[in-house]
Amino acid sequence: MSTMTAQTTQVYSVFILATPEQIWDAITKSEFTQQYFYGVRIDVRDGRRFSAIGEMEWDEEVLESDPPRRLVHGWNAGYDPDLAAEAESRVTWEIEPQDGGITKLTVVHDRLEGAPKTAESVAGGWMYILSGLKTLLETGKPLAG
Amino acid sequence: MDDDQVFKALADPTRRHLLDRLFERDGRTLTELESELEMTRFGVMKHLRVLEDAGLVVPRREGREKLHFLNPVPIRLIHDRWIDKYTEHRVAALADLKHELEESA
Repeated sequence: MSTMTAQTTQVYSVFILATPEQIWDAITKSEFTQQYFYGVRIDVRDGRRFSAIGEMEWDEEVLESDPPRRLVHGWNAGYDPDLAAEAESRVTWEIEPQDGGITKLTVVHDRLEGAPKTAESVAGGWMYILSGLKTLLETGKPLAG
Repeated sequence: MDDDQVFKALADPTRRHLLDRLFERDGRTLTELESELEMTRFGVMKHLRVLEDAGLVVPRREGREKLHFLNPVPIRLIHDRWIDKYTEHRVAALADLKHELEESA
């Protein structure tokens, strides 16, 4: 990945055998997020997105919330002081039902112009997170390893 | 969305080339991609369509433009499904070997 210049708009998409409501719960409630989001406990409530892992806690503003279809929030990488010092970026979750009980989940991480280190660091992370989320919802178990 | 579509989409040098171009710089228009390939616009469209159907490229509208983004998640899923499975097996085989050797020692 060394030749990659980190993209300022990144798009990740996955098809999951689950309902939009299940996906919404999985991205807004800590009982689920801690099983696939690097152990981070994330709760979306009162217009904020609260994150906690170990002794670290941080939160971001919810910019748009339309359950169970669309969630937009700020992103500041509170888990890493180096990254958190960069400008805030933005994350959009789009949840679109398809035929056959399948739902398409798309994550767009953009406005990364002022956060080059964050842009580089999240690129592999989103893949891992979405792969883990799919596994969790389809099998009821977190991704092994 | 199945693995077959992803493997088929990847089994073509032009499509892998398109993915490499998007890996270098993401979010490109058809016109930009076309200018880097010795191929008709229709040909590039056809290949992009196969990549989109496999989920490897996600088109997004931004203003008047349709931008194409590389979506690496299906490749990650293949990795999780196939690569992890066999490396796990290998690790397990080594663990069994160690167990057997220690038993017989």
